[in-house]
Amino acid sequence: MWYYEKKLQYPVRVGVCNPRMAKFLIEQYGGADGELAAALRYLNQRYTIPSRVMGLLNDIGTEEFAHLEMIATMVYKLTKDATPEQLKEAGLGDHYVDHGKSIYYHNAAGQKFDMCIQSKGDPIADLYEDIAAEEKARSTYQWIINISDDPLIKDSLGFLREREIVHSQRFREAVELLKEEQQKKKVF
Amino acid sequence: MAEPKPVPESYYSDLKSLQAIDFVLVELTLYLDTHPNDLDALKQFNSAAKKSAELRQDFEAKYGPLQQFGQSLSAYPWQWKDTPWPWQV
Repeated sequence: MWYYEKKLQYPVRVGVCNPRMAKFLIEQYGGADGELAAALRYLNQRYTIPSRVMGLLNDIGTEEFAHLEMIATMVYKLTKDATPEQLKEAGLGDHYVDHGKSIYYHNAAGQKFDMCIQSKGDPIADLYEDIAAEEKARSTYQWIINISDDPLIKDSLGFLREREIVHSQRFREAVELLKEEQQKKKVF
Repeated sequence: MAEPKPVPESYYSDLKSLQAIDFVLVELTLYLDTHPNDLDALKQFNSAAKKSAELRQDFEAKYGPLQQFGQSLSAYPWQWKDTPWPWQV
């Protein structure tokens, strides 16, 4: 089971109300390579991954929920003081009509979260998928940082970008561990 | 809608200290998952876990429980439902 902790993994401070930035950030909330997809993918794959790396998938999947909460906090803070007119100007008019000020699992283009979570039941296929997903998420964070001018938001996004790098690294090690295990079996 | 309960300035610095030590623990957990025989890392992990428990105890005494379902004690009346929630600070 899980325990919720009443704190963010890393501080999220927001300089100014900026619904346009929120629209971009929602990509990492409900987008294909976003934090929700990552959390669900790893926690789903962990059941059938070899035991040697079950713990890693469990723990990275758990950390992704902390990242999901950070993104949600950014989106919430960036939009909470916006007027309906400002939301409309930022391209969030459709969102406002359907969801009001609530956050929602969709991507930057407004497409609802797609449950196409990759899980092949093949350890190498799954881990390579996970490495690619981390690298894609890292790139997305970089692109968002590039178009942001809020130093506080950039700081939080920089943290999340670094985490993608570490996760990718750990998954690469997991691939090597499984390869070693396979080679050991061949000796017998 | 009621505004969340204001927090003293010390809340932010105390929270940051806890976030910092807990980040060390996240990082070392993932690292140890793939490097279980790294004794130095394991020592760092255990030492950070002790430090985190100390900071956590102080933080909860000042600002209320960080976890529930029995993982934190509560003063009367029940404090868990109190603001601020993490997205409100």
